[in-house]
Amino acid sequence: MIRLEDIWRTFPMGGGEVHAVQSVSTSFTAGEHAALVGPSGSGKSTLLHILGCLDRPTKGSYFFEGREVARLGEDERTRLRRFRIGFVFQFFHLLPRLTAQGNVELPMLFAGTGREERRERARRALDRVGLLGRAHHRPDQLSGGERQRVAIARAVVMNPSLLLADEPTGNLDRTSAAEVMALLEEMNRDGLTLIVVTHDPTIAARAARILRMDDGRLVEESGSAAGVSLQARVDLPKGARSP
Amino acid sequence: MSPLELARFAAGALRGHRLRAGLSVAGVAIGIAAVVALTALGEGARAYVVGEFAALGANLVIVLPGKTETTGHAPLGAAERDLTLDDYRAIVQRVPLVRQAAPLAAGSETVRWGERSRAVPILGTTAEFLKVRRLRVASGRFLSPGDPDQGGAEIVLGPALARELFGAANPLGEVVRVGQWRFKVVGVLAPRGRSLGFDFDDLAFVPVRTAMRMFNRSSLFRILVDCHRSDDLDRVKRDILSLLKERHRAEAVTVITQDAMVSAFSSILQALTLALVGIASVSLAVAGVGIMNVMLVSVAERRAEIGLLKALGASNGQVLAAFLVEAVLLSGTGGVVGVVAGAALVRGLVQVFPQFPAVPPAWAVAAALVLALAVGIVFGVWPARRATALDPVAALARR
Repeated sequence: MIRLEDIWRTFPMGGGEVHAVQSVSTSFTAGEHAALVGPSGSGKSTLLHILGCLDRPTKGSYFFEGREVARLGEDERTRLRRFRIGFVFQFFHLLPRLTAQGNVELPMLFAGTGREERRERARRALDRVGLLGRAHHRPDQLSGGERQRVAIARAVVMNPSLLLADEPTGNLDRTSAAEVMALLEEMNRDGLTLIVVTHDPTIAARAARILRMDDGRLVEESGSAAGVSLQARVDLPKGARSP
Repeated sequence: MSPLELARFAAGALRGHRLRAGLSVAGVAIGIAAVVALTALGEGARAYVVGEFAALGANLVIVLPGKTETTGHAPLGAAERDLTLDDYRAIVQRVPLVRQAAPLAAGSETVRWGERSRAVPILGTTAEFLKVRRLRVASGRFLSPGDPDQGGAEIVLGPALARELFGAANPLGEVVRVGQWRFKVVGVLAPRGRSLGFDFDDLAFVPVRTAMRMFNRSSLFRILVDCHRSDDLDRVKRDILSLLKERHRAEAVTVITQDAMVSAFSSILQALTLALVGIASVSLAVAGVGIMNVMLVSVAERRAEIGLLKALGASNGQVLAAFLVEAVLLSGTGGVVGVVAGAALVRGLVQVFPQFPAVPPAWAVAAALVLALAVGIVFGVWPARRATALDPVAALARR
């Protein structure tokens, strides 16, 4: 479904250049659950943004569902973000002035979905994350875990094929984090390709596949059983899926 | 994304910072209110002056005997051509586009009733004069219609003259003496006041033939010709000149129109109004910079939101539109508030000075609203473009 070939991303900085991503080549199959780990500044977020069509690689080819998207026009990339890719962020990024329902409706607003259909689909998405009862609460009336679940509902309301999560539990307590991860994994079991950026090994351990980045390079790829200690798996209530 | 949804989205964003939005709305509102109020005042002044002329009969062609030119020695016997009642009849009968016309013979004489007397202008004319000069009768009637050659011994008094001679008594049916002539009072005019220097209240009207006999005149003082439309004035003027030239075998009359003077006044006042509006518009430019400032702050503050919208599949065009609509909502609201405030201001002024006919003209209200929207668009484009130019990745990285 996704294929990266020799992806580079270079930022000009000061007089020289910083290579945030260097020569990354890998691929993801549809329905996969992968974790992208590594220290701060290792380039994992940059790679995620490239995967999400928010950023373009300086060099290399990125095939998404068979199309070379790095060279697509801005309109096509907007359509990909709108219909094929969902995002979940560390800081939720809910619009504080909108209710949970309004936030979930946002992507459909830009897609031009009719008002009735928007309402109906948003309610279904909220129901799916167990927050239908909170549909008319504003973000500041919701707990952190609830906010992230609203954000997940928003990310999947367009029925994308790829869900990108950037530190989705980074701002949550343990219980909420477990809930959010369970939810993401449920979406994944329903066929959604899930790529999670995290530096929390317990979160990473839940993924079927772990990609470790360091200094812009993909240094290690492994299945979860090989890459994570047993201890981490015991901590988790539901356990990670084995490859 | 339908325009309505776009507007709702933008309005929601504005509700987030009410004070800031309110202040920039107020800025535009003040500018627009100034434009509306000043236009209303300028237009009011113009309408007032034009109305003064119109009250006299703006569509008036005035025929004078003789050519207006300064002559040294008039050669002996070169008598000025008379303007006669026959000329008057010829104009009425043969010049098209004339609504009505009135001959005028003028003199001054003392009017007496009992012990009291008063020297006033005596105007000899016909029944048509009432309509040509837009006068009204307060009691009784004006001169009786009919053949202007007939004369008669009836007199119509101006209200000031009637008050001076009769006090509280009813003048109708009384007989007054004018010089050695005796007249029966048939009517009193309604007060008109001074109009462009001539007092229509302190005078008396008698039949034209009688006046010519009284003052021993062979020529009329004026012939006043009222046209249907001001567009006809030139045509009527030409027709009268050629008619009288033919009758007199010389260009022995002068024909003037009031309309030239009216249009001169009107255009001067219009220029004045435009100047006032121009000054008021400067405040709108200031208000526009205010909107731009608010929008720039808003863009800077909402970097994360803009990044998010892009990540959720908003196109650059949609982000641009959302921010532009915000600016236009600010300025449009300011425009509406300004028009209402300006109209209220003018209303208040008219309450204080009721004789001044100041009403914001429809074109000014429309122009003010268009101007307000234009301010929003012009000063909103730059901040909106900055919003679309934001890098969504950088915007999303922060909380």
